[in-house]
Amino acid sequence: MLSFMNHSSPLKIILNVAAMILLLLFIGVSVSYGTTNIHFATVWQAIFHFNPNLTSHQVIQELRLPRAFSAALVGAFLAVSGAIMQGMTRNPLASPSIMGVTDGAAFALVMMLAFFPHLPGAGLTVSSFIGAGLAVALIFTIGAFSKGGLTPVKLALAGVAIGTMLRSITSVTAFHFNLEKELGFWIAGGLDGSSWAHVKLLLISGIIGFLVAVFISKSITVLSLGEDMAIGLGQNNLMIKALGVFSILILTGAAVSVAGAVGFVGLIVPHITRFIMGTDYRWIIPSSAIFGALLLVVADIVSRLINAPFETPVGAITSLIGVPFFLYLARGSGGGK
Amino acid sequence: MQTAEVKKKKKFIAILALLFLLIIMMFFFSVSTGVIKIAPGDVIRTLLQNGTAKQELILFEFRLPGIVLALLIGAGLAVSGVILQAITQNELADPGILGINTGAGLAVVLFIYFFQGDFVSASQWSIFMMPFAALLGAIGAAFLIYVLAWKNGVNPIRLVLVGIGVNAGFGAFLTIFQLKMDPQDFRQASVWLTGDIWNANWTFVGALLPWILILIPIALSKAYGLNVLHLGDDLAKGLGTSVERERQMLLLIAVALAGASVAAGGGIAFLGLVVPHIARKLLGPLHQYIIPLSTLIGALLLMVSDTIGKNLLAPTQIPVGIVVSILSAPYFIYLLIKAK
Repeated sequence: MLSFMNHSSPLKIILNVAAMILLLLFIGVSVSYGTTNIHFATVWQAIFHFNPNLTSHQVIQELRLPRAFSAALVGAFLAVSGAIMQGMTRNPLASPSIMGVTDGAAFALVMMLAFFPHLPGAGLTVSSFIGAGLAVALIFTIGAFSKGGLTPVKLALAGVAIGTMLRSITSVTAFHFNLEKELGFWIAGGLDGSSWAHVKLLLISGIIGFLVAVFISKSITVLSLGEDMAIGLGQNNLMIKALGVFSILILTGAAVSVAGAVGFVGLIVPHITRFIMGTDYRWIIPSSAIFGALLLVVADIVSRLINAPFETPVGAITSLIGVPFFLYLARGSGGGK
Repeated sequence: MQTAEVKKKKKFIAILALLFLLIIMMFFFSVSTGVIKIAPGDVIRTLLQNGTAKQELILFEFRLPGIVLALLIGAGLAVSGVILQAITQNELADPGILGINTGAGLAVVLFIYFFQGDFVSASQWSIFMMPFAALLGAIGAAFLIYVLAWKNGVNPIRLVLVGIGVNAGFGAFLTIFQLKMDPQDFRQASVWLTGDIWNANWTFVGALLPWILILIPIALSKAYGLNVLHLGDDLAKGLGTSVERERQMLLLIAVALAGASVAAGGGIAFLGLVVPHIARKLLGPLHQYIIPLSTLIGALLLMVSDTIGKNLLAPTQIPVGIVVSILSAPYFIYLLIKAK
């Protein structure tokens, strides 16, 4: 992997801090921009001197802040999931949406809504973890049975097949139980309707998933150099992979249960951070979180701008950004040989 | 050698006859089932102009156009898949996976968006123009994929990956435009993303029929060229085929068939991928056999899927593309596992 600077730590720290500042700035923009634009100064006051009698303060506290935070967290989770997947499989196309993991989570969510409509929020979240796990299990089963393992093209095709099948069954169920609106939301992805409850849920699952990811980041670096190398260094690959998959399921499941199937964030961001930060996953994973958050907060702002006053699904926006990148990868390492 | 050839011909005719029989049986089953049942005897009576007014209305205005469209679309997509697989020498090629269907769908949505504003008021004129719009979209998509996959020639793996990417991009545009037209109606979006026979009437049948009737025989007449191209470029050149020209001509036919089918049936995936495999399994790799077989198998498969979609969870109507996906995705996965 090419890296555009060679591992000078101060520069990396500066870049990460810069991205963090940019992220805060765009969260500010996200909060102040909307059907009624609210001035930055008011945003500041609403956060630090909240006055429940002012509508603008209410809007900021109840609608816009949770939305901006959800966008940041979902983006971070998807990016970290993608980074772990790419590191573990050494496959440049691995990512939650390409592998159909987001479709799996949406599948489980719609099934639960259809058959157990009174399930509490926590039950829905757990079911989306299980759905994500189902998709991962299916993909790995295909990989285990196929000749020559999961090459990038096979992974992409298997993802298309599993994703299409799960989405089709999801659609049938949704049409039958009149859940079309929910279906549209989960298939296209969107952040409207994010509440503090969602942020709380994201934070709880995020802390667990992210800590696991950071904990195994050093081992993922070793794993990304090759499985034999990792064994030679005395690493318990099975354990690391199990922890990695656990982290992916928690992070992707939580992201999908809040924002639906937002594609391509988990594909693009790890490549960009690898380009900037080098091959060490102790750097890649935290900065993927920051850059992923930044990407989705910006995409969410664009999704509100592009067809105002209507919202465009944020998943469509990330796809438009992600497709050229995917094509670049397909022409390069992914489709090479 | 001679006897093997004769045997194969006999088997071919037998399978062809069997498929015809199945289509006719399925046709009667499909026509007679629904919310209002019509007994097969009554169906024949109504077809011979002797039914009640109500039966005539249900049959001629509602059921028949949908079934005929399913037959035509199935045939078109299947033959398009046959051609694409042969000329790319890639057994996993399909107008759906390569993004040609989504390109055609996007063109139709744009056409409706700019010329009428919604789906309900589609006039006769615009219905006949729709296949042309779809054709332009399909050609655009094919061209884009070809150019993007070009890097000292087109390698089949890169072609498929680029196709997946282009497909996702068109899908995103479709979602955006669809929601611009009708922010609430996700069901309409699913027509173009997964496929549905969305406007079953005789005008659409009339708009699609010439394309299928003209293009499939042309494809059949080029069966020899397909056989040669399927063997690989080097061999084809050695046998004196002008590879690039023949390939471009055939690509145009495949794209036109897919485009016309998409105009009426949306982005039905996997059908064009699976049917050629079934045909090859039945009678080997010669295209003079595969094309007629695929025509019939594709038509049959889509009619069956359509009937399942309409009746399985009635009154809920499942879009036919979804039924096709659920039926054929497992087969696709099986092919994927087997492929090198």
